[in-house]
Amino acid sequence: MTVLEFTALVSLGSMIAGLIGALTGLGGGVVLVPLLTIFFHVDIRYAIGASLVSVIATSSGAAAAYVREGFSNIRIGMFLEIATTLGALSGAFLATMVPVHALAFIFGVVLLYSAWLSRKPRPPEDRAVAPDMLASKLRLHGSFPDTTGMREYNVRGVPAGFSLMFGAGALSGLLGIGSGAVKVLAMDQAMKIPFKVSTTTSNFMIGVTAAASAGVYLHRGYIDPGLSMPVMLGVLLGSLLGARLLVKTKTKWLRLVFSGVIVLLGLQMIFNGIAGRI
Amino acid sequence: MFETRWTDQRMENIVGGLLRTGVSSAAIVVLGGGVLFLIRHGLTAVQYGVFHGEPAPLKSMHGAIALAFSGHAQGIIQTGLLLLIATPVARVAFCIWGFARERDYLYVCFSALVLAILVFSLLSGSH
Repeated sequence: MTVLEFTALVSLGSMIAGLIGALTGLGGGVVLVPLLTIFFHVDIRYAIGASLVSVIATSSGAAAAYVREGFSNIRIGMFLEIATTLGALSGAFLATMVPVHALAFIFGVVLLYSAWLSRKPRPPEDRAVAPDMLASKLRLHGSFPDTTGMREYNVRGVPAGFSLMFGAGALSGLLGIGSGAVKVLAMDQAMKIPFKVSTTTSNFMIGVTAAASAGVYLHRGYIDPGLSMPVMLGVLLGSLLGARLLVKTKTKWLRLVFSGVIVLLGLQMIFNGIAGRI
Repeated sequence: MFETRWTDQRMENIVGGLLRTGVSSAAIVVLGGGVLFLIRHGLTAVQYGVFHGEPAPLKSMHGAIALAFSGHAQGIIQTGLLLLIATPVARVAFCIWGFARERDYLYVCFSALVLAILVFSLLSGSH
């Protein structure tokens, strides 16, 4: 394959990943690495580098809109970023020591787990959450625009949320993904933060988390300009398109299809990892 | 707008603008370098199946920027990617200043800690 053909196909693939990622809220990163390694036979280390860069682009692009609308909480984000950036640094250093087929295996397991998370129905929201002493000291409580005007919320479970965030950061650094699903889990389930605030704050944090491991990957030579160029531009274009379409599309079936694709890719990654083909 | 009080909302507006500008300028630089790259190397064969790491200049910040200024296509793309990586870092740096204006020193410390981790990551290993 020539560089020209490769670039065209990878741009197209990345655009579709970005589009579906934005429509389903799962992000394009999780399908990019398997797409590049399984279909384009790219070494997983180059794939992780390119995916990480595209994650920064989409999360920063989307965060710009959410922050202005007042959904994301920059205090919660900044506080938890201490955990995610430390986790990301550890993950990125670990990635350079873990054998490649083990990386593929871990990636597959994470794919299956995120597919399972995304299919789980959300329990009804616990609206009356008592303020927690630590959260009050850290001034994490906030408010966001709801259908009935501004809604106040309290935050709990700070130590549990903080620890989960370290894990999310480590996964992001290890695998070159945004690990948005784990971040949302930490805020929504452990810290009882309203879902809308959790998802948008997670998006806000993803860029900083990814930037923390990007430095390590750059110095290790994982970030290839020729590959990252079509991946980054494709994903960015796809996610911008997705954000436009979001209002009109019924995403329920799309989410189901996407979860199915993720399960298949996850199984394939695990298989290739065990067979030593990656 | 005659808002003189420094609030989280105002900070959020500036952060939004900062992120948007960072991502757009990075995308433009990457696209420019990409077009040049395809014109020069479009017909060569791809080799991503075997990992050999990037050549030394593309692995460091100053190396990539120096290559970009000499008109090297991959150097220009890499510089665009560096701009992208710098965008969230700039956001954290801005928050230090923003929280300081709110006189929220606890969050000045948190932001400074995150910035220190990011800078450590970007500088570690670049000898």
